[in-house]
Amino acid sequence: MVEPLALKDHTGESRIYVERAVLGFGLLILLTLFLVGRLFYLQIVQHDVYTTLSDKNRIQVQSLPPIRGLIYDRNGELIADNIPSYNLVITQERVDDLDATLTALQQLVDLSDAEVVAFRNRMKRRQRPFESVPVLFKLSPEEIARVSVNRYSMPGVEIEAKLVRHYPRGALMAHAVGSVRRINEGDARRLDAVAYSGTDHIGKIGIERFYEPALLGKVGYQRVETDARGKVMKVIDATLPIPGEDLTLSLDSSLQQAASDALGDRRGAIVAIDPATGGILALVSKPSYDPNLFVTGIDHATYAGLRDSIDVPLFNRALQGQYEPGSTIKPLIGLTGLVTGTVTEEATIEDPGWFRLPNDSRLHRDWNWTKSGLGGHGTVNIRKAIYRSCNVYFYTLAVQLGIDRIHDHLALFGFGRNTALDLPEARSGLLPSRAWKEEVRGVTWYPGDTVNIGIGQGDMLVTPLQLATAVAVIANRGKWVAPRMLMQENELLKAAAKRTPPDIDRVPDHVWDLIIESMEMVVHRGNQGYGENGTAWAYIGRGLEYRMAGKSGTAQVVGIRQGEEYDEDELEERQRKHAWFVAFAPVDNPQIAVAVLLENGGGGSAIASPVARTVLDHYLLDPRHRVASAAVNR
Amino acid sequence: MSQDFVRQLPAGGFEFHRREAGIGDKIHVDATIVFLLLCISGYGLLILYSAVGQQSAPVLAQSIKLGIATVTMLIMAQIPPVVYLRFAPWLYVLGLLMLGLIYFVGFEVNGSRRWLRIPGVVNFQPSEIMKLVVPMILAWYFHDRHLPPKTRHIGWAMLMIAIPVLMIGGQPDLGTALIIGVSGLLVLFLAGISWRFVFGAISLMLVSAPALWFILRDYQRQRILTLLDPERDPLGAGWNIIQSKTAIGSGGLSGKGLFQGTQSNLDFLPESQTDFIIAVLAEELGLVGIVVLLILYLLLMGRGIIISVQAQDTFGRLLSGTITFTFFVYVFVNIGMVSGVIPVVGVPLPIVSYGGTSVLTLFAGFGMLMSIHTHRRITL
Repeated sequence: MVEPLALKDHTGESRIYVERAVLGFGLLILLTLFLVGRLFYLQIVQHDVYTTLSDKNRIQVQSLPPIRGLIYDRNGELIADNIPSYNLVITQERVDDLDATLTALQQLVDLSDAEVVAFRNRMKRRQRPFESVPVLFKLSPEEIARVSVNRYSMPGVEIEAKLVRHYPRGALMAHAVGSVRRINEGDARRLDAVAYSGTDHIGKIGIERFYEPALLGKVGYQRVETDARGKVMKVIDATLPIPGEDLTLSLDSSLQQAASDALGDRRGAIVAIDPATGGILALVSKPSYDPNLFVTGIDHATYAGLRDSIDVPLFNRALQGQYEPGSTIKPLIGLTGLVTGTVTEEATIEDPGWFRLPNDSRLHRDWNWTKSGLGGHGTVNIRKAIYRSCNVYFYTLAVQLGIDRIHDHLALFGFGRNTALDLPEARSGLLPSRAWKEEVRGVTWYPGDTVNIGIGQGDMLVTPLQLATAVAVIANRGKWVAPRMLMQENELLKAAAKRTPPDIDRVPDHVWDLIIESMEMVVHRGNQGYGENGTAWAYIGRGLEYRMAGKSGTAQVVGIRQGEEYDEDELEERQRKHAWFVAFAPVDNPQIAVAVLLENGGGGSAIASPVARTVLDHYLLDPRHRVASAAVNR
Repeated sequence: MSQDFVRQLPAGGFEFHRREAGIGDKIHVDATIVFLLLCISGYGLLILYSAVGQQSAPVLAQSIKLGIATVTMLIMAQIPPVVYLRFAPWLYVLGLLMLGLIYFVGFEVNGSRRWLRIPGVVNFQPSEIMKLVVPMILAWYFHDRHLPPKTRHIGWAMLMIAIPVLMIGGQPDLGTALIIGVSGLLVLFLAGISWRFVFGAISLMLVSAPALWFILRDYQRQRILTLLDPERDPLGAGWNIIQSKTAIGSGGLSGKGLFQGTQSNLDFLPESQTDFIIAVLAEELGLVGIVVLLILYLLLMGRGIIISVQAQDTFGRLLSGTITFTFFVYVFVNIGMVSGVIPVVGVPLPIVSYGGTSVLTLFAGFGMLMSIHTHRRITL
């Protein structure tokens, strides 16, 4: 191809260029206007949106969690405290390699794979960059040391201190005071997110649960300006939290310890009540568990161990355990007989060792019945019926009274209902009636049922707390005191107190005298020869420095078939009868009422009464307690 | 050259606008350009001072870099355009050799080989030099040829663009490769290639855009997805763009006040001294502050275009025009990226962003612009 012309057309080229340059400049201005338009949209139209985003970036509302109220016993001893707990936290942005860091941590501390998974889930839920997420709670001092030494090689790993609940007495108070637990997702849905922001724990059981609103306190807030790494640059303003209310319980730690020691390793429960106020002095259920385990989250194996143990340590026997009252009910059956005029003080029966309803082949035996026919208590009046715990007397009396009158009078003492004011786990037991049997069992009430009720067997069920409360009401001669843990006044308690049953005013003084005197004889009538002593005298009656009124009881676990010899040794240990002993003292100025239950303990007098005496001795004879309780009563 | 001179005697379209050779022409300085560069530099240093949290050390360092760049610019302005014209092919070949050398001895930063290192002397990016050399070689190529260019010449020109672009794109440095490619295409556009080519190329790009998706590396696709929906990964890939839009938007009309920007001072804004510095300006001085900067830029570019229009030969015209329009590409890409209309590519805001390399190249370009303007044959 040949170039047509070697010369350039400068004018033409210049014109083309100018044309293109002007066009280009026009495009340039258009694109600039487009940018200005975009900025106008962001800065003017969307200004409010981005201002909000910017403030959200910069201003953090931090909740200032209140300090949970402390719990003291009546002597000012700390039962529930708040101590710093050290958590291991990770800030993802500062970590080079999260997987490697977690693997390294697993070499240093006891961090299970399940905990790693839980950590990753928490990590997904975090709200903003540079927010630290807990990996492991409650590091031991050794773990803290090991992590601290190795921290230089693990950027982003930190140890953070937080106040958490601590129970200095551990298992001793677990069933009496309850405990807090870490708030789980279910709780979080139910709870007021504002009130609980920054709070990780909530009272789940017992006093901690009932007084949760008072113990929690009121959350505070501060608005802070933070940088992108979450570092607080300045506090803009703050509303300080209001700490939770401190609670003082009627509980006596020293008595609680004594009661716990008296039970030893045996399964059972003890409830001690101050009859003047209803204040609970001791509430023991054994076996127990360390509530501190639950505070920061218990590992699965330990929890499964507690949950599946045959001894059910998590079960509160004092409040939730429902047992036959056995012979401990006899004084109240007797009281019913006297109040209704069914028997008199002097009336007697002849006890051959067994009782049989007319036109019924079933033999109801007395506890000292033998095959040889030498059993029985002979001539028995109401006093002897109580201090010897004569079954036949009460079989007879119960049949004469009928179930309706028995039910109505036992109900006055709080059976079949929950009278506890601030013990949310307390149960109602069962006080059978005609209506109950027809409704629940679909069968009519038989006279045979009434016979069993006379000695506290059959369908009737009570909790140790209910029995201790009934004894306190007896000690008060009918003046009702509902059982309560809190010693001070409180709105929640006041509301609950409205449910307290009315005082029992239909019992004449001489009947109270007679019943209490008979219960006193259970303990103090001694040296009268075989078959004439109080049932508990041989075990606790000697050397008592005060007057005690008491009653033993034995609750059936397995029914004994007709005509079969009861052989304790042949039964499995766990099928043995439960031993009861209830008491109050001193008789003329009652300061403490107690119910002792020993599961599968066997006979109430032999096994349970010494435990009850240990508790009463501790409370009444220790000079420190005499002074303390006197002061409280005044 | 003599032919050009002869043909030029009948006064061309703009030759009537003949000026007296002033003092500026004698020392080869264009007062308008220097004044505008000083304004933008000063404004930029102020924003930088805020972006670094009111420390003076980085501002001082940047001032020194600007000073060096200014000196370079003044030296470049003393060299007559004819020298640039003569050396253009040699520079181009040298540039390609250096780009080739990178494949053997270049060292890697963040997974891409962009740097040549002469130990103890200097580290530099050959691709940076190519930003000026590619327009130069094309201007050189079209200087002796009839315009508008013939198809054959367009083909050769495209090849001259493609070689460095592909080499740089392979480093990989897609941002720089695209900018250099665009600057090359700008030369073609200003040389007057027919509209058929222009629209043909645009339609071809639109059609091939979906295919391009499969060529892109994964991180590049992520950037596009992030642009479309920053909220898909707000703490990760989307963080930069969300925070820069927040900074810009919260600035409003007149801003939060100088040094009062929370997004930048509290470190929510990433890269606030370099690529995202416009967000600092937008947050603290608002739309007004940005418009002031844009006006300064427009004045500077307007001056560049006037210079190119007044240039006395094809080389000067095409080179000065391309330098000016490429400058705008930087401005548009940077602000577009920070305000969330185009994907994030590493392009600094001209003159304002912290860093020496980009400033040096830009000022060198303006030095050539001033050289073209002040070395006028009429004054010889």
